Amino acid sequence: MTGVQTVRIAGKALMRNKLRSFLTALGIIIGVGAVIAMVAIGDGAKAMVEQSFAAMGSNLLVVMSGSTTAGGAHGGFGSMPTITWDDLAAIQREVPTIQYAAPQLRSNAQVITEEQNWMTSVTGTTADYFLVRSWPTASGATFGASDIDGATKVVVLGQTVSEKLFGPNADAVGQMVRIRNIPFQVVGVLARKGQSPMGQDYDDGVFIPSTTFMTKIQGGLKKYLQGTIMASARSGDETSKAQRQITALLRERHNLPKGVDDDFSIRNLAEMASAQQEGTKTLTTLLASIAAVSLLVGGVGIMNIMLVSVTERTREIGLRMAVGARRFDILTQFLVEALTLSIAGGIIGVALGLAIGQQLSSRFGWPMLIRPQIIFIAVGFSAVVGIGFGLYPARKASRLDPIDALRFE
Amino acid sequence: MAADASPPDPSPHPSPRGAGRGGTEGGGEPIVELEGVTKVYKLGDVEVQALRGVTLSVRKGEFVAVMGASGSGKSTLMNILGCLDKPTAGEFRLDQQPISKLDSDGLARIRNKTLGFVFQSFNLLSRTTALENVELPLLYADVPAAERHARAREALERVGLSERIHHHPNQMSGGQQQRVAIARALVTRPKVILADEPTGNLDSETSVEVMTLFQDLWSTGITILLVTHEPDIAGFSGRVISMKDGRVRLDRTQKPEDARKALAAAVAQRQDEQRQEEQAREHGAAQT
Repeated sequence: MTGVQTVRIAGKALMRNKLRSFLTALGIIIGVGAVIAMVAIGDGAKAMVEQSFAAMGSNLLVVMSGSTTAGGAHGGFGSMPTITWDDLAAIQREVPTIQYAAPQLRSNAQVITEEQNWMTSVTGTTADYFLVRSWPTASGATFGASDIDGATKVVVLGQTVSEKLFGPNADAVGQMVRIRNIPFQVVGVLARKGQSPMGQDYDDGVFIPSTTFMTKIQGGLKKYLQGTIMASARSGDETSKAQRQITALLRERHNLPKGVDDDFSIRNLAEMASAQQEGTKTLTTLLASIAAVSLLVGGVGIMNIMLVSVTERTREIGLRMAVGARRFDILTQFLVEALTLSIAGGIIGVALGLAIGQQLSSRFGWPMLIRPQIIFIAVGFSAVVGIGFGLYPARKASRLDPIDALRFE
Repeated sequence: MAADASPPDPSPHPSPRGAGRGGTEGGGEPIVELEGVTKVYKLGDVEVQALRGVTLSVRKGEFVAVMGASGSGKSTLMNILGCLDKPTAGEFRLDQQPISKLDSDGLARIRNKTLGFVFQSFNLLSRTTALENVELPLLYADVPAAERHARAREALERVGLSERIHHHPNQMSGGQQQRVAIARALVTRPKVILADEPTGNLDSETSVEVMTLFQDLWSTGITILLVTHEPDIAGFSGRVISMKDGRVRLDRTQKPEDARKALAAAVAQRQDEQRQEEQAREHGAAQT
């Protein structure tokens, strides 16, 4: 008997009992549908995390000062300035894997115009900062090297601040604002960047030259960099290497002998991003494995119905054997029936899963990502389920004694 | 059916056993040969001797009826002849081929190529057309589709059902269903047709029809082995073998002409009865 005939016979047998065939396949349909929907949503969530980390800046490394220890209480990173302006220059000069490095000095201040005021964060930095964060302006420009050298009173506004002070759609470039009673001229407004992975609004902040920040806002020691260094590696693959190189450079510059802890810390955002992604991946895997369990339950459903079917069709099996079917013919017939059920269920399940994923993603505003291989894996897995759970009933059918089978009532 | 009224009385005459193996007529080479075949079943701890040494030879073209009460071993004999079961001891040759050494696939092949089965309960696949039912054995013989259809049509024509090839079993009478089953047995052009109580589920009129069909097949030279417990049905065959307690007790042949006469008489009687019934009905109708 050829394969085509076996499939045709199986198809006919299934069509004889359409409702039952559908209900049997339903377990697989739901299982595969759930797997597809879960994986699609999980992949979507992962893509969203990727997006938000990309918004923080590409290949970002954050270098922070060390901690103070006062009376046994550790002050945390950044509490004692250990990083100097010379360190920053050295990083820019001597670390080949670093493309840009910029200081980030932070304070909170009231930004005031004639009509409005807004409490926001003030960041003192250099022009490189906007390259590190890959953050373009929406209008105007950022400050340049001459503004740093001259400690000019210019400011670049974040989108949120611009809206709060000047209203949406108004162009703030050229306007004056006052920070701590010092007038600053707005030279640029940054493009909208959105939220950080922790939900912080990137656009709620203003940026002034680091030199201006030190003289007008911060005060204190001029030798130390009273903030953090934001640096970007040349490529995503080089962040770890850049981290090691900066560590080596700073240890040497700070004369730290072997065995002494670093008096600074470096955060690798690429690593944080991948840790976050691990989290979503774990979640996806968890959801998908719960869905896979329902696929197994679907397989048990197929086995159950196939066993019923074998009992019901005992006489048919006896007759087929009497007219010349070999045991193998009977085995394949029932196996192909189970396989047809499970693969058909798998294909319908894929369609269902895509529909559910689409619905959920449009409702929650998540992107939906479908990896084509997931579809193949799901259908392939349901085929494996079909064979796995169809084998026992099929073997049972093929081992019937034709005499008993023909006499079966 | 009142078969005792028909001229050549087929009711068993206790004739001596020496009627000879294989019948005097037909004269073909032996196609079914049994030598000292025994069959022992185990039912729990009890051993049941279903066949206690059956020696039998059937020649090509014979029409043999196997008779016997239940428990006589005729069903067991039929299962062995049908290659559905193997003898415990003894030799069984079908078409000169020893059967005892074959495995289950080999037996399936013999059932497919050499034998054709007709059952008491027809055993047609439901919700499947007559044509597809008849094609079934050819599916397992790997016959190409076009030839399969042609041969199935031809077989259905032969049993007089060419008008009903697309009917489902539930749209046909019992006699028609049995004729589909006979067509299914014929379609592989088997050497031997095995019929297990083929008239058991049919009324006497359709039984006569089906037996007429068997006699027609006999006249074309097909070997037929038929199990029945009705003496008049056995009387339409060429040779009657009676089984008792797992042994052949009687083996009696009759001339094909006599078998045909018996059947013709049964048909005529049937028609007589019908005529009388009609007359009685008309009479009754006229009176009221």
